[in-house]
Order: sequence, then C-alpha cells, then structure tokens
Amino acid sequence: MRIVVCVKHVPDLQAERSFTADGRVDRSQGDGTLSELDEHAVEAALVLTETLGGEVTVVTVGPADAEDAVRRGLQMGAQHAVHVIDDAIAGSDVFGTALVLAAAIRRLGAEGGVDLVITGMAALDGLMSVLPSLLAAHLDLPQATLAAELTVADDVVRVRRDLDHVTEVLEAPLPAVVSVTDQANEPRYPNFKGIMAARKTPVTAWSLADLGIDPATVGDAGARTRVLEATPRPVREDRVLITDDGEAGLRLAAYLAENRLLG
Amino acid sequence: MSATGSAAGGDVVLVLVEQHDGTPRGSALELLAAARALGTVHAVLLGQVSDAAVARLGAYGAVAVHVVGVPTPEASLPPAVAAVLAGLVDKTGASTVLVASTFPNKELAARLALATGAGLVVDASAVQRGPDGRVVTTQQVFAASWTLRGEVTAARAVVALKPNAVHAAPVATPVLPPVITHDAATLFDGVPGTRVRVVERTPRPESSRPDLGEAQVVVVGGRGVAGDFSPVEDLADALGGAVGATRVATDEGWISHETQVGQTGVMISPRLYIGAGVSGAVHHRGGMQASEVIVAVNNDVDAPIFEFADFGVVGDLFTVLPQAAAEIRRLKAQG
Repeated sequence: MRIVVCVKHVPDLQAERSFTADGRVDRSQGDGTLSELDEHAVEAALVLTETLGGEVTVVTVGPADAEDAVRRGLQMGAQHAVHVIDDAIAGSDVFGTALVLAAAIRRLGAEGGVDLVITGMAALDGLMSVLPSLLAAHLDLPQATLAAELTVADDVVRVRRDLDHVTEVLEAPLPAVVSVTDQANEPRYPNFKGIMAARKTPVTAWSLADLGIDPATVGDAGARTRVLEATPRPVREDRVLITDDGEAGLRLAAYLAENRLLG
Repeated sequence: MSATGSAAGGDVVLVLVEQHDGTPRGSALELLAAARALGTVHAVLLGQVSDAAVARLGAYGAVAVHVVGVPTPEASLPPAVAAVLAGLVDKTGASTVLVASTFPNKELAARLALATGAGLVVDASAVQRGPDGRVVTTQQVFAASWTLRGEVTAARAVVALKPNAVHAAPVATPVLPPVITHDAATLFDGVPGTRVRVVERTPRPESSRPDLGEAQVVVVGGRGVAGDFSPVEDLADALGGAVGATRVATDEGWISHETQVGQTGVMISPRLYIGAGVSGAVHHRGGMQASEVIVAVNNDVDAPIFEFADFGVVGDLFTVLPQAAAEIRRLKAQG
C-alpha cells in the first residue's frame, strides 16, 4: 500500500518561543525539529508497510528549513520525500496549508496512487489539530482521526480512539485520512543505515505552480484571520514559594481562602 | 459576502449545545453567555431535548432552539455535524458559530469554516466584537506564555471557545425559546463522513466529580504520588474539583488514561490548578498553563513547575495535601 505522511517542522519546544512584530511565529531562533507528534504518524506508516508491503512518502510544506522534517522521516525509514516550497506560502493559515498539502497528495495519487494519508494529532507549535479534517474535506475522503490504535485489513482502516467521554471504534474504506495520537506507538530512532540512506534520497521540491495553485489563495492573501497583537505573559510579581515547616497545608488553605478559591 | 465583518445586533449566532443525561453541559451555558455579546443567540442540539433543557437554554439567553435528530451513530461524527451546522447557517443566515473547544468540535469547526468560507479560531479564551463589528478573539499560545489577540477578516466566523473562559450568568429576563425541529436527512445529504462506520461506541462512566475539561478546580497528581492518588482525590473533593494526572502517572497505570492533562490529553484552563508531585514538563505545561491560579506542591525545589507557580510549596505532598484538605473543610464549614 502507498501511504502519505504529512509532517511539520516546528520550533523546538524546549526553546524560548516568540512572535515577530507582525504577529508571526518567530522561526529565526534556535533549531527547529520534526513535530514529535508527527513521528508517531511516520512510525504508524512504517509499521503498516512493513507488514502489508508498500511505500511511505513524507510530505511537508514550508520554508527551506522545513526540509529537516522530511529528512527526519527519511531517516526513520520512509522511501520518498516531498517538500512544497514557495515564497507565496509564507503567512498561510491552516486553510492555506491544507489546500497546498491536499494538492500535493492529489498529485502523488495521480502519479502512483495513495491508499492512506496519515498525520499526527496536532502540530505542537500551533495545536491546530484540524488539518486532517481539512485534508479529508478537500480530498473528499473519509476521516478517522485521533487513533490510539490503527489497523488495516481488506482495504479497510480500523481505528480505536478515546474521546473526552466516549471510546469509539471506527472503520473506513481506503483511501482514507487518519491521524494518530501519541498512544498509537513508540516512534523508532533512526539507525545508522537509515541516516546514510536518507542522505542519498533526493527530496522532491514542488512549487505552487507545480501543483496548479493560485498564489492568491494561500499565504497572507488567503488568510481569513489576522493577528492584532501578540503579548508575552506578564511575570507575576506576587508569586509565593514556601518550604514546609509543618504548617504549609494551613498556609495553602489560607491562600486559597484569600483568593476566593475554596470552591 | 462582503469583505468586512457583519454588524452586531440582529446577527444570528449559532451555539452548539452538548448535553449530558439530558442537561446542557456547563460549557454550553458559557457559550450562550459569550454569544449574547455577539448577536441573537440560537442554540443547536443534536438528538433529544427535554422541556427543562429548553427552559435552561432560554435562561442563558437562547431565543430559539434548533433540534436535529441523530438517526445513526455516524450522524454525530464531526463531518456530519459540520454539514448540519452549515445547513443551519444557511437557513438562519448566522454570521457566527460558537462551539466548545474539544478535539471533535475543533474538527467540525474547521470543516464548517471551510464549507462556509468563515474564519476559524480554536482554543479561544475570549470572543467579542471589535468596533467595526468584526469578531475579535483572544488565545493563549505556546503553553500560555503568549497571548494573541486576533480578528476574523472573513464575513463569517467559527470560534471554538475553551471551558471556563466566560462566566455563565443567566439573563435578567429569560424567554422560553421556541423549538424548531429539523429533518436530519436533508441536512446530511452527501456527507463523506457517512462512509465511516461506527463499529463500537462506549460511553465511559463519568465520575461523580466535575468534568475534568470543564472543572473550575483541578488537582493533578504526578510522579510524586508514587501510585497513591488518595491525597489528590481527597483535596479535590474538599474543593469540589476534578482529578487529573500527568502522562507518567497514567502510563504507570496509577489512574485511567483519560485523566491525563497535557497537550496530547485534556487541555484544561480552570480557575485553580493544584499540581501535587508534578514536575511541570513542557507537554504537561502546554495543557494547563492557561489556568488562572497555579499551585504546586513538590519535594524537589528544582522542579520546573516552581518557575511558573503562583503559590509553591516545597514539601511532602502526603503531609501537605491532607493538612490543606482538613483546613479547607474547616474554613468552608465556618462559612
């Protein structure tokens, strides 16, 4: 089976993260990385193709350094990589990103077929967990998101997922779009062989023109929301740190009472 | 569609109301309160609705209640619900749709926004209209270390609002809203979600404590509880709060997985968060740092949680929590 995994390059979570004056995520600071949650998606795809046969293509959208994300996918064991890169994409919201990814998946489908699209559950930088839904809508495919367990048999994908108040098992005929949670698997670390192989694998670069996308529909031009203001959380000056001297529980209760937090 | 936002006042605002045991969830009442500042509030319910529920929705500002049947389990999946709401946007001319910010709701919000050309904001902590009538939202991002204020530039807006973002106050002069029943079949026509089959759907028993995602007070146990959640549960009960856990605690099997608070678990923003034996790792932080007041009890003075706690206690949770719980009960009994 042929699986496409959508991955995203995100600022390192451990690093300080901030916004530029025009309200965009500042990507100039520190190293980026493949979104940790996307590693679960790559792992799920690799496990499926290892048992059922087939190939995995990792796809990303973004500026030059986003290539690191697909590179990591190749190191883990994916066979092919696509990087959609175009200056007009800058400033895209999730709708623009979904439009571009959907076009790339459509092209991959036309070139050799796509049976399954897998994404992580969210992008850790913006937590826009809605991308898989938008892809499914664009591609007119069934969606089975937030898989804690994922299996494929007889051209049907089966997903178990735990929502806030309910556990569900869903089945969808292939081709389909699924997303996996961090419960789905334990992503592998790239081994030496994988790292060497990834070096030799070319990353296919596509522009918007290659995908037949009008630049006016993505980037800042296509965005439906606009940042007015980005402000860092103020450091609270009245923070209290005490060491238990035998009465810390009483002081905690008093603090809650003072702040009308006794419930 | 005009390029600018619509004016407030006569605008219809649709609110997706979720129920539990036939009663609107607390988050739904908050949505209604938030919606009142945006326009004329219409509630939307899937499934059955009782007279009491309708009256309650009226008490919180709904002037009409749209009820759509759920003929099959598949009809409550996000793509189908998005199609229902798109149909109702069309029928009512609504400019804005509000939903509670849960994973399935964010999915349906995105599909609804795509279908209606609306701007989308998820995990919003506030929503109002700007001076020119546009929908303006606030979000806490990057583990709540930044606050973003943004506006929807499209003519329509779909906003997923976090629980506890708004105080749910009833209106002064409630009306009993009329119930408008819709035929689901016409609204679901041609929804791709129907190609998905629900093989199994098992509601999990909800605890007698408040819902974790909606609770005003949450007490969380981490690695430091070492398998014993009883002091955490006792303090939560003293405060009428919910019990949460870190990834470590759920992975160890000390407590069920659905109590996990964090970026990949339940995202919480209560008025009061108490972390006991919680180190404050980045993924946990991402799910709780939007809490109004953060209290930490940990015997490790170097735990990262002390860097952002409003009230920190370096000490043994097994002595501090019971003492606090007893004192809280005493103070509450005094009134």
